[in-house]
Amino acid sequence: MNDQNVNLCGMTRRLMVVRSAALAALLASGIAIGDERIERARAAMKKLIGERAIEDGGITLKTPSIAENGNTVPVSVAVDAPFTADRYVKAIHLFAEENPAPEVASFFFTRASGKASASTRIRLAKTQRVIAIAEFSDGRILRTANEVKVTIGGCGG
Amino acid sequence: MAKPRVKISKKIKKAEPFEVKTLISHKMESGQRKNEETGENFPRKIINTFICKLDGEEVFRVKLYPAVSANPFLSFYVTAEKSGELEFIWIEDDGTETQYKKSFEVPA
Repeated sequence: MNDQNVNLCGMTRRLMVVRSAALAALLASGIAIGDERIERARAAMKKLIGERAIEDGGITLKTPSIAENGNTVPVSVAVDAPFTADRYVKAIHLFAEENPAPEVASFFFTRASGKASASTRIRLAKTQRVIAIAEFSDGRILRTANEVKVTIGGCGG
Repeated sequence: MAKPRVKISKKIKKAEPFEVKTLISHKMESGQRKNEETGENFPRKIINTFICKLDGEEVFRVKLYPAVSANPFLSFYVTAEKSGELEFIWIEDDGTETQYKKSFEVPA
């Protein structure tokens, strides 16, 4: 039997070569798309923050390190800061840098929240960074990011 | 639209934040999913806003984007001085609103 040119998927060697070339091209364009998306995410975050100074850390951002299903990734965010009459956490924004659109969700708190803590489930198109940005009522900005490895991307992301 | 479910913490203490969990059945059609038959994407249709009010006053709000999963789950905190009623509102892209109310008790 001469089936050495047929691999396990039933592809001939020639077809493999053609497909590999196509895959390489696709990957290259994928990287370009990734860069473009990161740029877009930066622009979206910049629009939110403006010229204010950013402090890194200070947000408890909980995400799985590996998400098997990108369609539903649990995320929780919290800022451990007291809610006083003149100062509280006004909002926490979530971004996914390499989704088709970087915005994920924005949580808006009030003094009656009493605590800046929220959770939800999100879609991640691929392995990427999830970024949380917290805004205090006095304008202070905190930022924290987590890398999430995605096994099967959420197409909806 | 959709059937909401709400769970309010049983351990409420006066003037201390207590947890509220909400879930609503909704496809959250992102606009990115391809319809294999037509070759075009299914049009976006999501819940883009969630509001929680405490005795009529807004206490928590969420702006949701297509990256929030189907059947959006949200948990957050509310602080109350006395027993009251929480009102939940989910608003879709086309303006359709789903409302739900649930009262809670703060022990004296």
